[in-house]
Amino acid sequence: MARKMKGGIGRRRMLKGAAGAAGAVVGSGAITGFPMIWAQTTKNIVLRQCGTGVSAINEIAEKCKADLGITLQMTALDSDAVVQRVVTQPNSFDIGDIEYWMCKKVFPANTLQAMDVKKIKYFDKIVPIFTTGKLKPDSVIAQGTAPNTVSFVEGPGSTKFAKGQTGWFTMIPTIYNADTLGIRPDLVGRKIENWKDILDPKFKGKTSILNIPSIGIMDAAMICESAGIVKYGDKGNMTKAEIDKTIDFLIKTKKEGQFRAFWKTFDESVNLMTSGEVVIQSMWSPAVSAVRAKGVPCVYQPLKEGYRAWGGGLSLAKHLQGAQLDAAYEYINWYLSGWVGAFLNRQGYYSAVLETAKANMSADEWGFWMEGKPAQGDIKNPQGVVVEKKGAVRDGGSFYERMGAVACWNAVMDEDRYMVQKWNQFIAA
Amino acid sequence: MSRVKHWITYLQVAPLALVFLLFLVVPIATIVVVSFFDYNTTQIIPAFLLQNYEELLLSPVTWRTYQQTIQFAVITWALTLVIGFTVAYFMAFHVRSPTVQTVLFLLCTIPFWTSNVIRMISWIPFLGRNGLANTTLINMGLIQQPLEFLLYSDFAVVLAYVHLYTLFMVVPIFNSMMRVDRSLLEAARDAGASGWQTLVNVILPLCKPGIAIGSIFIVTIVMGDFVTVRMMSGGLSASVGLMMANAMSLLQSPAAAANAVVLLLLVLFIVAAMMRMVDIRKEL
Repeated sequence: MARKMKGGIGRRRMLKGAAGAAGAVVGSGAITGFPMIWAQTTKNIVLRQCGTGVSAINEIAEKCKADLGITLQMTALDSDAVVQRVVTQPNSFDIGDIEYWMCKKVFPANTLQAMDVKKIKYFDKIVPIFTTGKLKPDSVIAQGTAPNTVSFVEGPGSTKFAKGQTGWFTMIPTIYNADTLGIRPDLVGRKIENWKDILDPKFKGKTSILNIPSIGIMDAAMICESAGIVKYGDKGNMTKAEIDKTIDFLIKTKKEGQFRAFWKTFDESVNLMTSGEVVIQSMWSPAVSAVRAKGVPCVYQPLKEGYRAWGGGLSLAKHLQGAQLDAAYEYINWYLSGWVGAFLNRQGYYSAVLETAKANMSADEWGFWMEGKPAQGDIKNPQGVVVEKKGAVRDGGSFYERMGAVACWNAVMDEDRYMVQKWNQFIAA
Repeated sequence: MSRVKHWITYLQVAPLALVFLLFLVVPIATIVVVSFFDYNTTQIIPAFLLQNYEELLLSPVTWRTYQQTIQFAVITWALTLVIGFTVAYFMAFHVRSPTVQTVLFLLCTIPFWTSNVIRMISWIPFLGRNGLANTTLINMGLIQQPLEFLLYSDFAVVLAYVHLYTLFMVVPIFNSMMRVDRSLLEAARDAGASGWQTLVNVILPLCKPGIAIGSIFIVTIVMGDFVTVRMMSGGLSASVGLMMANAMSLLQSPAAAANAVVLLLLVLFIVAAMMRMVDIRKEL
């Protein structure tokens, strides 16, 4: 039933885009039993990419079409839906654009295939966070699902994560960043230095954290640890007792009226901040830019305890083979070759291969986004809109200052099921 | 002969029976079956376990959430009943001209041509800390500090429910009222009943089927809602529907299915109770 439906979509798409016709036949052929037609070049190949909204960028699809001839069909979903799609509808996509914490969850479901590092042109230049785990040789690997722990599997076809580096890579990092609290500098009226500052009675009814259990619990943990409420073994993999303590504290704080609301989507967080409903809250970097773009001051405040980091990557669907698989590798190599990297860096994210991205950015852009230097001129986003004026400095400073101060990565815990039950309790309290 | 007739009857009910079977019985049966399955972070594993029900029914969170949801339903029901009855009464008995009646009735329904999510979200800028309501009140000098309870509170949730669903009360009650034989009202008056007595002893009993239908609408909608609660309470309150949505988003479908079965039983029970009190068939 489900298979038939997917085949139907494939056929409809084939009719819709003449250019993508051959590719769609290849794509749906494997599913519906159509005769295989291998395209001779990547010209007519269609790759269906599903992932979170952050990295489903139309400009990238357009440029990819122009450079490689590959048609990228992007579907943007929220993170829970991506996990569901990758696990339960493995034939509905070719490229899974997922996050590292999801990878830990979905890769064992055996719907993705590992990549041969020999086919990845810039593999050696990928930021070492994703390979060895250490940003600099002397760095300490942060808590949580650090990307390097789920970057390699033991061999082709394996779903078991390898301890160290192997020749089989699970995901090509696309974008990653370090998250912290966003504040309204005009309304907080004090210096914000620690995660626990969100608990200041002065901000009663003017704070928010996000209501996505797997990420919200991490922000909560950063706050609890900062306030000395709980001492964690590993914030990214809490014990039941640690979860209990964290949630109990959250419930107490909620009952005291510290929180104004809990947000679940990007735009909710932007609205809470611009409308002045909250003055300090969990935020994502582009949300801070969105608030600023409305003319409302907003700072992505670096905090002493460090950042909560996250990262996404491209993974290959299990069913990819032949010409489509080749095209996928070509797409990946193109992705790392610089144009995309520069594009992502200009959005305030970080990209996987710094060297190639740098070559595609001006010295001033590189200085502002990556080195924490004051802007020499206007800084524009990829769409050409001025986002920062001359003299501005990026919140948190340089790439190494920010990514070097990661305290914890977004994670899936072993006690996931228990944590979600407790989180529901917190929301219901 | 009679045998052929039998067959024809079966054939006649077959299309509807088939539709019900495919789109009602099969899905509900699937939900019931899945509610006994096991699951882990990535998969649903066919099994026959009572664990989902145990976890659900033994957790104080469930009870509190059900209590909260029922509370929302009761408050919303009471408010929509009073408002709905008043509006219907006005349209049915005070407005004499059928044209004006039709126009007013249309006016009531027009907002329903827009998405109810939009109608709900539009409350947010109105009720916010720096929203229209607070700014107006402050400028008028009525309050010094913005009223915080207006948004992201149970008040906001109930307000949105009442705004969104009162029409579901108005329509069936209005329908009942239009069927009330006007000579009964004259008779009541002739027998010396006051306006209030007529309302309570004549109109109200005759409107019972309409009230029951409206109540069933309201209760079933509110009991199953999750969007309104999430948006208007800013995630500070929970509802049963929200609990299920949370479980589903984490691939815990069996847990959500178990919850759905419990909710279904509860709502069926409530509806059955209402049907016992009022014979709705009279209306139809």
